[in-house]
Amino acid sequence: MKGLEAMGEAAIRAGCRYFFGYPITPQSELPEYMARRLPEVGGVFLQAESEVAAINMVFGAAGAGGRVMTSSSSPGISLKQEGISYIAGAELPCVIVNMMRGGPGLGGIHPSQSDYFQATKGGGHGDYRLLVLAPASVQELADLMFEAFELSERYRNPVLVLGDGLLGQMMEPVRLPPEQAVAPPNRPWATTGARGRAPNLVSSFHIDPAELEALNLRLQEKYRTIRAEQTRFAVEDPEGDARLFLVAYGTAARVCRAAMRRARAEGIPTGLIRPISLWPFPDAAFEQVMERALGFLTVELSLGQMVEDVRLAVAGRRPVEFYGRTGGMLPDPEAIVERLHLLWEKVGVRHG
Amino acid sequence: MSDKVLHYCPGCTHGLAHRLVAEVIDELGILERTIGVASVGCSVFAYDYFRCDFQQAAHGRAPAVATGIKRVHPEAVVFTYQGDGDLAAIGTAEIVHAAARGEQITVIFINNAIYGMTGGQMAPTTLVGQATTTTPQGRAPERAGYPVRMSEILATLDGAAYIARMSLHDPLHVGRARRAIRKAFEVQLKGLGFSMVELLSSCPVNWGLKPIEALHWIEQRMIPSFPLGELKNTAGVV
Repeated sequence: MKGLEAMGEAAIRAGCRYFFGYPITPQSELPEYMARRLPEVGGVFLQAESEVAAINMVFGAAGAGGRVMTSSSSPGISLKQEGISYIAGAELPCVIVNMMRGGPGLGGIHPSQSDYFQATKGGGHGDYRLLVLAPASVQELADLMFEAFELSERYRNPVLVLGDGLLGQMMEPVRLPPEQAVAPPNRPWATTGARGRAPNLVSSFHIDPAELEALNLRLQEKYRTIRAEQTRFAVEDPEGDARLFLVAYGTAARVCRAAMRRARAEGIPTGLIRPISLWPFPDAAFEQVMERALGFLTVELSLGQMVEDVRLAVAGRRPVEFYGRTGGMLPDPEAIVERLHLLWEKVGVRHG
Repeated sequence: MSDKVLHYCPGCTHGLAHRLVAEVIDELGILERTIGVASVGCSVFAYDYFRCDFQQAAHGRAPAVATGIKRVHPEAVVFTYQGDGDLAAIGTAEIVHAAARGEQITVIFINNAIYGMTGGQMAPTTLVGQATTTTPQGRAPERAGYPVRMSEILATLDGAAYIARMSLHDPLHVGRARRAIRKAFEVQLKGLGFSMVELLSSCPVNWGLKPIEALHWIEQRMIPSFPLGELKNTAGVV
């Protein structure tokens, strides 16, 4: 199944019944899939007049208690940032998909990971965080998409699924999650018409500074909980002997897996750390390998964004190097192996 | 309406517009299925005054937020309450396309020819020659363009079923405005399409006029630029 279609089907099986979006390459097959499938399950697909309108329709539908999502690609996600900030401020659940393409500006349509900062450090205005999930296969696109809805509702927080055009277009076998019975939503805060109860208000507006500070402190408390509960990663170390670790997510992790095999064949004991939650960033992955690790090489489809979080996690204890390609170019496994050789010369030989 | 004391400036007609909308909602007996959308601007606190569910929208986005709500709850009565900066400037795309889709929502559009909450700057509806803090010599068309007549624009769209412009400057016109608001909600209740009532309103503080003078200014200056009446009533609601 194609990645984007797997995402759409997983969303529907997770109970998503509302999709508001606007076409942009390379993710248009997802809204197209939803336009076909949602009416079949009694849902609503609506093509908005812009990304700005689409995310605000998501705001309205989420506030009204609907299980709702939108999807876009980099320039479109920039337009959605206003609404995402409001949704985070009003603490509404929803799922947002960004199939990244090269930037800045209109950039290009080829796969990229240059929206990492925007995804994990804010994007819109205000002190808020999104839960950011980064799949690396069609199976994970489906699994994480399904989970994204559950997580967004558990924490009443928007969840961002961060992929790229390559993953979306890729065809791989996939086992779809079972259809989830759409439970009658238990959302006492939602705007459903105030029959027999006091009126509900969905808002991110707090003109009293003490009230706004209290909201922000409460949000930080929620983010601390998410940090404690939702750190996800995979460590690949086939022989359990790795001394150098590649660090990469999504498409870059797939390239790194090939580089890891090649480096191992050339005598460099290499492993791979694959962050799956980008926020919260999985610091624990580094603690797990720190004792035996001699160095880290972060590989991204950007000129160095996640590497900043890797350096924070490693905290100067080991060298952290970086290799990246950008603009839609993919890193070449050979070039990665070459850099592993250089790092191994620096730290491995000394270590014997 | 709630018992809360209105925050609006003396002589502002927002309170009057709120009262009319609230009375119509009560008359139609739809309070418990009405969901309002408050916009950014002076009326951002509208949700404090209506005793129905409310969502607060980003500047200009109320029609998109209302669309999301209505699609989840087609049986609900959804209305937005927007000023002229919100609806005719930053939110032009959202209002045009909500109307074009025939979205089953009702829009209450407050036109006071100026930006109120931000302190009296030029609005898209500011009259030619009208002084504001950003047109201190008066709006000059060669630099700042012409006022936008949103009701006329929206009336051209097939999805718009009922579009009316009314004024709040005297009791006779307030009565007409009330009837138009009722019709707009009836259009939604009958599922006939998009409905909007534009209300010419006062802003004595930012216009630099006394409340009574402000009402005269609506009559003498605004109405010639923004003619009153039903611009569209394909729904045949009388």
